[in-house]
Amino acid sequence: MLDKTPALDEKTSVAEDVILTTEKITKVFPGTVALEDVSFHVHRGKVNVLIGENGAGKTTLMKILAGVEQPTSGKIYLNGKEIHPRSPLDANRHGIGIIYQELNLCANLSVVDNIFLAREITKSGLLNQKIQKQRARELISKLEQKIDPEELVADLRIGQQQIVEISKALAQDVKILIMDEPTSALSAAEVEVLFRIIRELTSRGVSIIYISHKLEELLQIGDYITVLRDGRKVAEDKSENVNIRWMIEKMVGRNPAALFTRKERKLGNVLLKVEDLTLPRLGGGYLLDHVSFTLREGEILGFYGLMGAGRSDLVDCLAGARPQATGSIWLNGEPVTTSTISGRIHSGFVLVPEDRQRYGLVPTLSVGHNILLASLQKYLKGTLLDHKKEKAATDSKIKDLSIRVADPQQLITSLSGGNQQKVVVAKGLLTEPKILLLDEPTRGIDVGAKSEIFEIMNRMAGQHYGVIFVSSELKEVLAMSDRILVMSKGKITGEFTYSEATEEKLVTASAIGHGPTNGGNHNGK
Amino acid sequence: MENKKMKKATQSTEGKKRVTKTDIQQFLLRGRAFIALIIVLVVFAVLTPQFLTTSNIVIMSKHVAINALLAIGMTFVILTGGIDLSVGSIVGMIAMIAGGLINEGINLPRLGIIVYPHTWMVIVISLALGTLMGAINGFIIARFNVAPFIATLGMLYVARGIAGLRNDGYTFPNLVGRPEYGNTGFGILGSGELLGINYSIWLMVLFAIVAYIITTRSPFGRHVYAIGGNENAAKLSGVRVGSVKIIVYSISGFCSALVGLIWASQLLASHPMSGDAAEMTAIAAVVLGGTSLAGGQGGVGGTLIGAFVIGILGDGLVMMGVSSFWQKVIKGAVIVFTVILDQVQARMQERIALQKQEELK
Repeated sequence: MLDKTPALDEKTSVAEDVILTTEKITKVFPGTVALEDVSFHVHRGKVNVLIGENGAGKTTLMKILAGVEQPTSGKIYLNGKEIHPRSPLDANRHGIGIIYQELNLCANLSVVDNIFLAREITKSGLLNQKIQKQRARELISKLEQKIDPEELVADLRIGQQQIVEISKALAQDVKILIMDEPTSALSAAEVEVLFRIIRELTSRGVSIIYISHKLEELLQIGDYITVLRDGRKVAEDKSENVNIRWMIEKMVGRNPAALFTRKERKLGNVLLKVEDLTLPRLGGGYLLDHVSFTLREGEILGFYGLMGAGRSDLVDCLAGARPQATGSIWLNGEPVTTSTISGRIHSGFVLVPEDRQRYGLVPTLSVGHNILLASLQKYLKGTLLDHKKEKAATDSKIKDLSIRVADPQQLITSLSGGNQQKVVVAKGLLTEPKILLLDEPTRGIDVGAKSEIFEIMNRMAGQHYGVIFVSSELKEVLAMSDRILVMSKGKITGEFTYSEATEEKLVTASAIGHGPTNGGNHNGK
Repeated sequence: MENKKMKKATQSTEGKKRVTKTDIQQFLLRGRAFIALIIVLVVFAVLTPQFLTTSNIVIMSKHVAINALLAIGMTFVILTGGIDLSVGSIVGMIAMIAGGLINEGINLPRLGIIVYPHTWMVIVISLALGTLMGAINGFIIARFNVAPFIATLGMLYVARGIAGLRNDGYTFPNLVGRPEYGNTGFGILGSGELLGINYSIWLMVLFAIVAYIITTRSPFGRHVYAIGGNENAAKLSGVRVGSVKIIVYSISGFCSALVGLIWASQLLASHPMSGDAAEMTAIAAVVLGGTSLAGGQGGVGGTLIGAFVIGILGDGLVMMGVSSFWQKVIKGAVIVFTVILDQVQARMQERIALQKQEELK
């Protein structure tokens, strides 16, 4: 490494040690200005946090640094020298690595193949699988995970895939590592491990650019904070000088009094009763181990747990997506006999899945067509679709959930993450469900969209729907749920009412069955 | 992948050293393509007495070799999630080009001479040209983002057109060359033998081994699978997606050219319609061998077995005297049935694993 940066260039000789600077970066996409005159500083060996609502331009800026996009105008200086990263490989040669927000893995390849994709270790032209495997194992164990490097990525849960994505970035010897929402799929324990890794990297002089919507987490890990709003830089400060309120104010541009709170409601009769719901695991053991619980009308029932605790499997089973599941389900006192997804939708279950890109939306269809997808039978005239009825339904849902879209004909991919999520919810609500199953509904969406999702949840509960709310966000589960069930290793390990529940109790219950190392390590602060 | 499945099976039996029903089920499913091959062999061996004679096996292998070579090239393309419809036409075009070079040479009117390249040069020029046609396919697909189906459909017409244009739709007969021009011996490629086995069969074996090593052991092979699995992820990881695509279509073009040469050499004549519809048989062999048309799954080993099943089925039916119309019906049904089996297998595997769990209790 050449380390003779200072004083060569007056522009970068700021008081602190800056490794990378962008100067007046502007990026114009057809129809929108994604970034306008953004000057961003990356401090060497520090965690440089970038925050902003969805659509503020964070991801675009990172894509420019990573060579995926080229700026319309503006310059990038690395160690005082101007660089033009033209491709991901090119950026990599400059020592810039990135972990993307949307998981970018090849599901058909093994963990080790993904980690070394395009950077294979070879011996006389052929892959050196032994070394690759060994290094992959080291990387994964550094992240304190138990993932077999030879396992196919397709067989991993989302959180584990996130771990693979992180290992992939760590496998490259980077000087600047961009992390775009690395924790969105991780549980509290895994976040702790990741933070330890980040600190280790910074102590070795690696500079981190960190993007996240989890503001508490940012104060914990960040050194410098830069705020983007509508493609412009609006604020920049050291993290010890700021607080959450400051961040939200700068991001939203308004005072966010009471972003999400639960409303007091009177609960009705028992709506859903689940008994001995069981789902065997492929390699032995259970994903769901004889789970029983009830849900009342107008109740928001939170499910908290670590990654792989079985929460997603539970809602998948209720939605009919796992035909192998056994157990009994009663809805309004009547046994639910159908086990197909369409049958369950008909009986009143609807799932907003964890991974909206893969399971929630059809990216090639418009906003309107996505909303209608699950309930097309209702909009028939004879055997054909009735466009008037369709339009009336989509328009009312778009208005109801205040989905920000100019025209329902717009492609779903042109919407921000938060608005896409609202489309998935709208699709679900249009089926006229009785029970709303929300699997991580706030994953990767901004504060504003989150509070809107919570408002929808409150409204649904107020209208006597039953809401099942799966989340890895302690604060969100605590704020929104009337009752919280904690899961661990496929079992329910704790039940708390709104008034009983505390962060500590939930974390303790979520570690039951994980052995002393896990529980002991991550609870003590 | 095969390895992994095996490992799983052994792991779960280690606990109890007895063969359970599910073990057998699992074994049967895993080797289904191979079992299909054995069934086909046994059925024909019983029904037609001359079937298992050495001479017949050699003849069948020669037939299989041609399709297998095309199918090996096609495997690379399909693994990236693409398709190459132009291989049959490139076979025909290259056959005509090679035939023309031997019978008519290269006419240079400016200099008033005709150059007759040496037989080796004919082969090199033909292979280069076939590779170039493939590269053009790949370039159009990678650079202009044209769907592989469309780009290679275009090439299917263009190459077949060139094959016809080369000699106005006529055959180049009697490709023996003349000693004074130094271009004799073209027939050796198609009829020559090593250890009593035809060159084309050796070529098939060689190509299969090389292709197997490339797909399973080289970074390039990994990139091919990565593109088929998730092109975006591959691109963002720094895989040169465009170059990889151009190379896979070039490989397919190269294989087509080689088959064009073998074909012309075996007949000692090149016909503009040679290789007609060969792309379909090649695709059938790939799919039968377990490679997913969506890309990213499968491999060369399966393709080879697929090519044998199709080849043996074809020859066996001919020997039995089944009408050519029925042959088509049977081949079509076998292809679809095998792919159905593939889908069933995935679900069976899951169920078997669950059953095993119960057994262990």
